[in-house]
Amino acid sequence: MQIEKNAVAGTLESSDAMVTVEPGTNGIELDISSSVMNQYGRQIKATVLETLGRLGVTDGRVTVVDKGALDCTLKARVECAVFRSCDKSAAGIPWGGVVK
Amino acid sequence: MIRRPVPERFRLRRTMMFMNAQKPGLIKDAYIYGCDSIMLDLEDAVAENQKDAARFSLYHALTTIDYGDTEVIVRINGLDTPHWQEDIRVCVAGGADGIRIAKCESAQDVKTVEAAVTAAEKEFGVEEGRTLLMAALESPKGILNAYEICTASDRMFGVAISGGDFRKCMQTKFDPSGIDMLAARGQMLIAARAAGIQCFDTVFTDLDDNEGFEAEVRQNKAMGFDGKSLINPKQIRLVHEIFAPTEKEVLQAEAMVSAFREAAAAGIGVFTVNGKMVDVAFIPGAERTLRLAKACGMYEGDLV
Repeated sequence: MQIEKNAVAGTLESSDAMVTVEPGTNGIELDISSSVMNQYGRQIKATVLETLGRLGVTDGRVTVVDKGALDCTLKARVECAVFRSCDKSAAGIPWGGVVK
Repeated sequence: MIRRPVPERFRLRRTMMFMNAQKPGLIKDAYIYGCDSIMLDLEDAVAENQKDAARFSLYHALTTIDYGDTEVIVRINGLDTPHWQEDIRVCVAGGADGIRIAKCESAQDVKTVEAAVTAAEKEFGVEEGRTLLMAALESPKGILNAYEICTASDRMFGVAISGGDFRKCMQTKFDPSGIDMLAARGQMLIAARAAGIQCFDTVFTDLDDNEGFEAEVRQNKAMGFDGKSLINPKQIRLVHEIFAPTEKEVLQAEAMVSAFREAAAAGIGVFTVNGKMVDVAFIPGAERTLRLAKACGMYEGDLV
């Protein structure tokens, strides 16, 4: 998938993360800030990159403001933001395919 | 990926707690509260512009979080919305135990959902028939059609009344005596029992009114409900206490079932236990008491 326009998913509530995606042409530019950066920063980065990889996203600016989200929440927010950026988040999601 | 066991159509469902599928802080550890079922909500708790995000969140919760013995039901959006079909796809793909049909008014509504569920089971390679259904009756029409709704599908395990919408339709409001919904609760219970499925009461929304809550739960039990929908974990314990059998009832049920089995083996049909006449008609009720007692940790025998 390609990030086609700016899109956001998630909130700044505890246990959640807010993920913003913007189009780009220069590979993945990832910016993470987290309330648990020291303990889990690397894990968050790995999860976000793995999710983008699964979706086939190769370019774009991705900003994650993490409030202690579990991996499953991070994945859900990244996926939702990317699908929203393509106007494809409402129906026909490949559950169990690239979304897993 | 968490593979949930095959759902049981008839299991203990005293407490069914609603939670917003869009809120990670709520759904990540919902199994710790000890309710029998959790109801992850895609409908009213989720804002219209977050329906898509709630599904992603739900999918990953269903496939990642081990809810253990807690049953996981999902309340989908109504059939008059653009959301319900994708809701069903995500429920089936994620392996939810069951789906709650909101604002159900006819057998046709159940069949419409069932067809979409069957299609989704085929699409995602899920065993056909695995996903259970229940219906929420929220309108006078739903109550009048309760029996045809209850019998519309072999997947149906229960019906629940939804007080907020129903009272609105009836132009009435909450009354502590229950008179506002007495007829509707009664009609729904009769329909559910006639169909052989379970029946659940609506939520009690005033979290500060403990006496009112207790009175309503006692009335629910007296009327024959199987359980109640809840909005807060602090409501769970009281429902479990009130729905539990008394120690005397457990002892009597145990004596009845074991005496019946001995008598039946000896060719005797009717006999007495502790001075009370017992025949085959009493046994299903006594066995139900023992199953309930077992679930409440009050009975450890092997009669059930």
